[in-house]
Amino acid sequence: MSYGRAPARIEDHKFLTGAGQYVDDIRLPRQCHAAVVLSPHAHADILSIDPEAARKMPGVIAVLTGADVVSDGLGSVPPYILPIHWGGPPAFTTLRPILISDRVRCVGDRVAVVVAETVDQARAAADSVVVEYRVLDAVTDAEAALAQDAPIVWPENEAGNRSVTLHLGDAEKTRDAFAAASHVVRRSLESPRLAPAPLEPRACLGMFNASSGQFTLYTSSQDPHGCRKTLAGVVFKVPESSIRVISPDVGGGFGLKSHMFPEDAIVLWASRRVGRPVKWVGTRSESFLTDTQGRGQKVHAEMALDAAGRILGIRVQAYHNLGGYFWATATPPLFFSLRLIPNIYKVPAVDLTTHAVFTNLPPMAVYRGAGRPEATYVIERLMDAAAAEIGMDPADIRRINAISEQDMPYTNVVGFTYDSGAFREMIDQCLDAADWNGYPERAKQSAARGLLRGRSITSYVEIAGVMNERMELRFDPSGTLTILAGTHSHGQGHQTVFTQLVSGWLGIPQENIRYIQGDTDAVLIGRGTFAARSTQLGGTALLAAKDEIVARARGMAAIMLETPAEEIDFDHGLFRVRGTNRAVPLQEVAKMFYLPAGPVVKLGLGLSGQGTSSGLPGGAPNFPNGCQVCEVEVDPETGMVKVDRIVAIDDVGKILNAALCEGQIHGGMAQGLGQALMEEMTYGEDGQLLSGSFMDYGLPRAEHMPDITSHLLEIPAKTNPLGIKGIGESGAIGTPVSVVNAVLDAVRSRGVDDIGMPVSPPKLWAALNAAASGQ
Amino acid sequence: MLRVELVVNGQDVRRDVPDNMLLSTFLREEVQLTGTHIGCDTTQCGACVVSIDGETVKSCTMLALQANRRSVTTIEGIANGSELHPMQRAFSECHGLQCGYCTPGMVIAAIDIVERSEEPLTAARVREELKGNLCRCTGYVNIVKSVLRGAELMGRPVDRV
Repeated sequence: MSYGRAPARIEDHKFLTGAGQYVDDIRLPRQCHAAVVLSPHAHADILSIDPEAARKMPGVIAVLTGADVVSDGLGSVPPYILPIHWGGPPAFTTLRPILISDRVRCVGDRVAVVVAETVDQARAAADSVVVEYRVLDAVTDAEAALAQDAPIVWPENEAGNRSVTLHLGDAEKTRDAFAAASHVVRRSLESPRLAPAPLEPRACLGMFNASSGQFTLYTSSQDPHGCRKTLAGVVFKVPESSIRVISPDVGGGFGLKSHMFPEDAIVLWASRRVGRPVKWVGTRSESFLTDTQGRGQKVHAEMALDAAGRILGIRVQAYHNLGGYFWATATPPLFFSLRLIPNIYKVPAVDLTTHAVFTNLPPMAVYRGAGRPEATYVIERLMDAAAAEIGMDPADIRRINAISEQDMPYTNVVGFTYDSGAFREMIDQCLDAADWNGYPERAKQSAARGLLRGRSITSYVEIAGVMNERMELRFDPSGTLTILAGTHSHGQGHQTVFTQLVSGWLGIPQENIRYIQGDTDAVLIGRGTFAARSTQLGGTALLAAKDEIVARARGMAAIMLETPAEEIDFDHGLFRVRGTNRAVPLQEVAKMFYLPAGPVVKLGLGLSGQGTSSGLPGGAPNFPNGCQVCEVEVDPETGMVKVDRIVAIDDVGKILNAALCEGQIHGGMAQGLGQALMEEMTYGEDGQLLSGSFMDYGLPRAEHMPDITSHLLEIPAKTNPLGIKGIGESGAIGTPVSVVNAVLDAVRSRGVDDIGMPVSPPKLWAALNAAASGQ
Repeated sequence: MLRVELVVNGQDVRRDVPDNMLLSTFLREEVQLTGTHIGCDTTQCGACVVSIDGETVKSCTMLALQANRRSVTTIEGIANGSELHPMQRAFSECHGLQCGYCTPGMVIAAIDIVERSEEPLTAARVREELKGNLCRCTGYVNIVKSVLRGAELMGRPVDRV
């Protein structure tokens, strides 16, 4: 089987020649364009909307408002998952109308839509829609929103601005642990709101066919079937078969594109209204205003340890900033930010709480890692704080607390069972790979240049494998094989990985295997791609589909070879009579399934196989994990941080394609470095967006990224037949705290022992100066 | 509306366009070459980089009219027929792309970096020169490798120390 390091991706050729097809590249006959009118206020009552001036503008075909949404009977969109689905308490959750007609709850709430002949005409007319608002006081901070006198985002919520509070652990046991502790460290920490910011902004193109009553939507989605389900079941209240959703090439997702957005419904609805295809493509400014955001958690955390540095207990009070709606995929970060806090360590007692709170910011949802980076930030900051307090080496405190290989499988204090892993070994390997012992010399060299050098070691664990998945393999009458995938690749390289697997199993050259994804008319059902799930669940489903193909084909091979099926082996694409050279290729067998007569009458017409896999709930997730060593140089004169080296070792389970695994790790680490040093959605106290473009929101550029050293550790997962662990998010999970802890190590000698993300030069410079002047 | 006459990937193109039409819009909507991508509206991301008379520009920062009587090369014009440009091959070989959205601008910028480099190309130089192009997927590690490899394939000296 052709596992391991693999040749270049099949996908690359089209992207390298400009032949990729993203939503905005698709142009339908008679298409027109939509522009959405967005709320300029974070919190306001809508008093009136006057579309008349806009209707008279050149090229305008229609102006639609919330009143039209109501008169057309379109439903409002609920959250994708609720806390009760994951065993949590009931939450106050909210519906989000396609267009708002009564009260806006964040800047960027959609108020009206203009449809016109050209994009420019639509945008110009959108500016002419007159909306009269009565501005209300806004609240932007989650902790402040729980104060008695805070502005209330949802008056009908009896719990004020609190949506739900999640608890985990044993408060009494944890209290005892703290009472018995030799050391207690405390920190107030924050993972600021982030923009997922895929390079392709969200886009959609909707068409309603009046003759068939069918909707077709092209959309930049990570999950076309999920999008169809919401559109059909909630918004239009039509059978799912009435809506075809196609996700063509998608220019990155990172969680942002894993749920339906109002514009997806707007273009279909507008198309039905105006009788023409309607396209909407977000500008980057619009993306910053209307996209869901990730992270957004404040935490008060404390850790109790014994005299030797062993963890006795962890206590956390956290606040998640939901924004104006409990919407989209807000649930996973709430849970994972608590449940991943024990990380790779033996933690006897926890008392973990997070409050999900409404504010007047745009909705929070998943972004690469979804809760795991927040959790890792909390425990790994505490670990370094504890090491500093006790006077231990940061590697030693991790090593003595790490779950050992002999303890596997290990069920931790929050009920996660780690099936495999070599956490201590990984720490040692990572220290070696990063030349941990050579650090003092490098620190001396940095000092000679007037720079402060610091280092960190970080352990992290991921949870991968949510929900079930389905894959199908189908031969056509000419013997050519097609994979119909329920997952959706938007940069990960699934075509390469899945055809590589199937090619290895069935002995069919990769270039002869067609790959189809992202079309709800072609693929029966699928869950799309997010949360590091695709190779594990898709691969497992594909294996089952392969087994069905081989089992059915064996019957035909038996007829062709005139030998009982039990005496026929399948290997390297050939059915062979055991112990002989009499063989027939699978592709020839497949063709027999399409003959108009003969054995096919008995065996059934056509050769295809389908397979499914079950993830959470119902199946077992697994726990990709890793270790990073990071070294930074801080310029005390400017507060500039340079990441000098970063070494990552990741246990990805069975490696299918090392290059793609490392590519995912690199990308995640860049996002993690961005989170640590430069990325932050910032708002004024009135809820106005201050970081509304790439000029104000810092995405890492090539010059910011070090040359990452990445090693893969292959410890097969025991929870799926392929031994795969997910890899899509690991880099984003460990890196933020890896960088911040290294910075703190660099400046601790200057009296700075705490700083928040992002560690921007002015923030660090101010902290250094404050410490120097004894403030 | 004003008439523009230019050469795009070796083909003569004549159109009447509004005087405020951006070159990026012109290429995508008028010439229907959609390999030139738009990722921001502030000239920050570089997904729309094209080459004009051998000089790279962000086509979202230029009017179609400004390209009048000039020769534009987009990503669709980089390969020699079915034979990929060495830089395109290098990106594929080094896994220098994931979602592919920033890739056209990256490839054109990369070729320009190599062609303009008088001294042996270094990784540090590539990182510095790529600051006009954003990638959200790759972490740049493999893009930098790709540019250096592309330089080698283009027969230019590379300093890997």
